[in-house]
Amino acid sequence: MKGFAKEGLLAAFLAAAIVLATAAPSLSAPAQKNIILATTTSTQDSGLLDVLIPAFEKKTGYFVKTISVGSGQAMAMGQKGEADVLLVHSPTAEKKFMAEGFGLDRLLVMHNDFIVLGAAADPAAIKAAKTTPEAFKKIAAAGALFLSRGDNSGTHSKEKGIWQAAGISPAGQKWYQETGLGMGQTLNVANEKSGYTLADRGTYLALKKNLSLSILKEGDPILLNIYHVIGVNPGKWPKVNAEGAKAFSAFMVSAEVQAIIKTFGLDKYGSPLFFPDAGKKEDALGK
Amino acid sequence: MDLIIEGVKQALYLLFTLDREVIGITLLSLQISGTATLISLFIGITAGTLVALTRFPGRQLVVSLINTGMGLPPVVVGLFVTIFLWRNGPFGFLEILYTPAAIILAQAVIATPIVTGITLAAIQHLPANLRLQILALGATRAQMIWILVKEARLPLLAAVMAGFGGVISEVGASIMVGGNIKGYSRVLTTATVMETGRGNFDIAIALSVILMLLAFCINAILTQIQQRERPR
Repeated sequence: MKGFAKEGLLAAFLAAAIVLATAAPSLSAPAQKNIILATTTSTQDSGLLDVLIPAFEKKTGYFVKTISVGSGQAMAMGQKGEADVLLVHSPTAEKKFMAEGFGLDRLLVMHNDFIVLGAAADPAAIKAAKTTPEAFKKIAAAGALFLSRGDNSGTHSKEKGIWQAAGISPAGQKWYQETGLGMGQTLNVANEKSGYTLADRGTYLALKKNLSLSILKEGDPILLNIYHVIGVNPGKWPKVNAEGAKAFSAFMVSAEVQAIIKTFGLDKYGSPLFFPDAGKKEDALGK
Repeated sequence: MDLIIEGVKQALYLLFTLDREVIGITLLSLQISGTATLISLFIGITAGTLVALTRFPGRQLVVSLINTGMGLPPVVVGLFVTIFLWRNGPFGFLEILYTPAAIILAQAVIATPIVTGITLAAIQHLPANLRLQILALGATRAQMIWILVKEARLPLLAAVMAGFGGVISEVGASIMVGGNIKGYSRVLTTATVMETGRGNFDIAIALSVILMLLAFCINAILTQIQQRERPR
């Protein structure tokens, strides 16, 4: 049996090696042409990237691998040098990311806004609240069900910021449930359970046809949702494709793309999903 | 209910109009899971036969490990394959993370223990005297093994079906190591998850229907081969 054992193992390894050797090069494109873009789910789920990425690839010849995750995970990928460029919407975490030297440059791309959604009956009567933190206080006081993303995404970190402004720590409360899912799925959960939730307007508009939730709070400055493009610092991770990242950042703030963003979604949803902001100052938004 | 009917209609529409994106996704799924199954068959049948026919210290432990591996959670495989393939990870030089090759690798890891376990059981289930008989008739060791594998071909086809069925329907690892990149590493399962997230339930249902049709066709063909001859 020993002879067979050796032969068999050898044959298996050889076959595996041959298959991998022939499969790998034909399936993967040349490395320097690849850019890994780590982004939030909202840019993919809204369909914006399906328009922008092919245009970028055609123009520059780069091949973009879009990995759609929460902003938190996208920045974690950047910190490990596993992404070249990030398109994210979590300003507080982004500033920390830049301060720690993980990012090379950070450019303002666009904004839209967050909205507080809930059943039309509005059991906690948050529609009467003046500000969003006040509305959150009412939800807590009424013990009405609130669905949180709970995934360190940009939306989740915005939500945590609002709870903080309201002086409430909702974690572990009976009325506070974390889905750990993307925005689309969390909206569906909130819809099924008739709970309150915080969502970005783009994803809400894209899913509106399946939802019976109503917008109960909007237009508050705290609800601003700002997207930045960040090139990952190749000084920390030499394998990062800094040139590709630079090209992508420049593309995102170019006049051509800003014009696409301005009208994206207009025909389908009746209002644009994002507002272009390239070259503006972050503080000047929403005023 | 309307939604499901609408989804099935959509599936038929996408199939019959040969929607380029959907056909591309379907072919890629078939290609990736087919290749992964072939690799797992090669390694699995070899390893399964080997363990079935040899006696060595710690064999019990190896068999237990193989049987545990048959239920290997795809997300766990996905996580570890991702970490190994990160460009700053131990196999980063291969540069295959977020490519179809990475999905093939992860799916092969998932399917191999399934094929190994079923092969092991099938070969061990053959009458012990058969081996003696074959050897007594003057067969070489290699000839004997070939005959044994041929004798066990019916359960081995079950191994093919279990392996393929396991990986074509798997989503956790594929989305982690493949990245669900449009036109490149997007397969039926990851596209279904994405369309669900986008609220396009009709397309998500359509993709599920195509996935099930595909799995059914493959299994129908294999079953046809398996059942062509009457079991002894």
